[in-house]
Amino acid sequence: MSEERSDMSEDEDGGGGVEQKERWGPSQGGGGCGSAKSRGGVWTDPPPPFSDQVLENVLENVLQFLVCRRDRNAASLVCRSWCRAEAQTRGELFIGNCYAVSPRRATDRFRRVRSVVLKGKPRFADFSLVPLGWGAHFSPWASAMAAAYPWLERICLKRMSIADDDLSLLAFSFPFFKDLTLICCDGFGTHGLAVIAEKCRHLRVLDLIEAYLEEEEEDQVVDWVSKFPQTTTSLETLGFDCVVSTVNFEALEALVARSPALRQLRVNHHVTVDQLFRLMVRAPQLTHLGTGSFGPPAALALQGDVMEHEADLVSAFAASKSIISLSGFRDVASQYLPAIYPVCANLTTLNCSFAEITADELKPVIHHCHNLQKFWVLDTVRDEGLQAVAATCKDLQELRVFPLNATEDSEGFVSDVGLAAISQGCRRLRSILYFCQQMTNKAVITMSKNCQELVVFRLCIMGRHLPDHLTKEPMDEGFGAIVMNCKKLTRLAVSGLLTDKAFAYIGKYGKSIRTLSVAFAGDSDVGLRYVLEGCPKLQKLEIRDSPFGDPALLSGIHQYYNMRFLWMNSCKLSIRGCNDVAQRLPRLVVEVIRDRPEADDETVEKLYMYRSLAGPRNDAPPFVKIL
Amino acid sequence: MDGGVGYADMDALKATELRLGLPGSDPPEKPLPTTTTTTATTARPTKRSLDEDRAARREPSEGGRATSTRATKAQVVGWPPIRSYRKNSFQAMKATAEAAGLYVKVSMDGAPYLRKIDLEVYAGYKELREALEDMFKCFEGCKGSEYAITYEDKDGDLMLVGDVPWEMFTSSCKKLRIIRGAEAIRGLGSSQ
Repeated sequence: MSEERSDMSEDEDGGGGVEQKERWGPSQGGGGCGSAKSRGGVWTDPPPPFSDQVLENVLENVLQFLVCRRDRNAASLVCRSWCRAEAQTRGELFIGNCYAVSPRRATDRFRRVRSVVLKGKPRFADFSLVPLGWGAHFSPWASAMAAAYPWLERICLKRMSIADDDLSLLAFSFPFFKDLTLICCDGFGTHGLAVIAEKCRHLRVLDLIEAYLEEEEEDQVVDWVSKFPQTTTSLETLGFDCVVSTVNFEALEALVARSPALRQLRVNHHVTVDQLFRLMVRAPQLTHLGTGSFGPPAALALQGDVMEHEADLVSAFAASKSIISLSGFRDVASQYLPAIYPVCANLTTLNCSFAEITADELKPVIHHCHNLQKFWVLDTVRDEGLQAVAATCKDLQELRVFPLNATEDSEGFVSDVGLAAISQGCRRLRSILYFCQQMTNKAVITMSKNCQELVVFRLCIMGRHLPDHLTKEPMDEGFGAIVMNCKKLTRLAVSGLLTDKAFAYIGKYGKSIRTLSVAFAGDSDVGLRYVLEGCPKLQKLEIRDSPFGDPALLSGIHQYYNMRFLWMNSCKLSIRGCNDVAQRLPRLVVEVIRDRPEADDETVEKLYMYRSLAGPRNDAPPFVKIL
Repeated sequence: MDGGVGYADMDALKATELRLGLPGSDPPEKPLPTTTTTTATTARPTKRSLDEDRAARREPSEGGRATSTRATKAQVVGWPPIRSYRKNSFQAMKATAEAAGLYVKVSMDGAPYLRKIDLEVYAGYKELREALEDMFKCFEGCKGSEYAITYEDKDGDLMLVGDVPWEMFTSSCKKLRIIRGAEAIRGLGSSQ
């Protein structure tokens, strides 16, 4: 994993986007700085008189220093000249929902952008809840930016559909392009990567994080690694751990050898441990390493001869004095794990969440990791492993415990015991994602009291509607304690057996919550009502399989323009209720998504609604109905 | 939930059911959900996702609170909320492990033809023995004679099965040979 930015998580920053932070009503111009209602967002204001122009120049020079987009949004609301000046000086454009504004409008307002961050599909798309072909196409944005931003240096996309042609367009349109980061994107393949590698001569960052490359036949796979310029490159980050096809290793090794600025390298699982050794030797200056398979080449594995590379590996790690982040470990042979001991003391990030290691295998490693801040692991380490983490990692800020068997009736390997242990040992914890099968209110309450720094609390009890496994009561009190005690909480995901009481707590105490995820919870409309009426900062609300219907939906009318989106699937909504909302809020795009064509017209299976200056999109597929 | 009664009928019903999924992809022990619904396009492309049966079945979406005494639950799309990327990574690993297999030939003295078995499906020697007995019982003959299970290892030596830890055995076994008759009894005298 690379630094915080690449996750594009908004959990800890100020939030906000192009849209105003203030109450957003249809009477306001929205993105268009109060200028006369202009077609297509083009400026029709006359140029300001001379003295105002001077003031504006001064303003621009001052506003250069404003970096945070929330501050910039506030500044842009002061008056027209501030709005103009801010627009001229905004260097990074953040679009939290690609359908909230048209590409043309965005590029017309912000003329001097060097860096664009763009997010597409709703998060539930990660869990196969959004049908393929729904949208979030990068093409229109690519075209608009190609025309408007010749100086563009950086693009960061999350959950967008990108075609190889789009990547070609980028490569040919932006001569100074430096930085491409793609998170959970799909639609492109090795051909697109090859064009980027070949044409972007100043490329510093090529980072693919959990991207789904198009499947390609063997003979269609392009050797993109060979396409990088043969001279010394300016590459600083190269991450391709999600690329399914093998890469040309000789080319990779040569690339690493001629990239003296390389600091972050994340290879895919085809790279074996002996190959990794060769790469590490070429790049002892690495700070972030994704180790790929961390297992022996297949031929050796069959002979049972795994010890061969161990000594090499240990020396490689000993020589890599700068490593602070490790990930990969896809097929880890536990014999190799001790090789990382030399770097453990410096590690701030360790992601072994693809490695099926036991508590005994983890303990000797984690024992050395005093400085660990971010730790992602599989539940195979059990409560015992987590206790070891709690004992050593006093500075831990982020913990994610993923399940080996992601099914709701699987045997859970971690429980309330592990959670309580972590809360005892890791008092500075800010973010937690925890998958388990057994939980108690007591453990959650303990965490709420011990971990006052919590910003993100995501607990997933995998069995649906499971109560406290000791008292058999609902999990209301536990989550209630979290919202009550953790004053900095901005993101919450709930699970387990929950009544409307849990939502009453959230509505009463969750005043800072921006993102809320609900699944299989609540008793009635009242639950959702509590949240919509009680959480003023709510931005993103995603709900599935909960008994909330039209009355609950309508209770949030006052709130929806302040939010980025609302997602609800498999609840109790009907087309009537959704129509009602759509009529009352003209600037809200209300999408009803239908999986099955034969389903009756009354019930709404999936609802996705979001504020937008662009109106209903014109690329909606047939299974999407925009009300 | 009694699987016995009417299970044959369920099978017949299942055969005619229109559903997306690889043939034989659903686990036999999971009963049919009360209402099966198909989703045409929600799952990730089928070519990636090996676990089609999970994607193909949907829980009836009344969203009501299910009692915790419900013995069986139909698998639900997208729950628990794990990204397909992660799910596919583990499935891919399991699939390659499963597909590889560790097939070895098994010969028995006097049997007209050999068999082949996958050592990886057995947890240990006991299961292996039982499987071999089962496989070759038609050749046992009325004599009911003693037999010894031997194997040829990496170095080509004939070894008695059972001496070394199971994992070591599976990694070094090249083929199995069941020896019968006088030879076997002599050899077994001291060990078994």
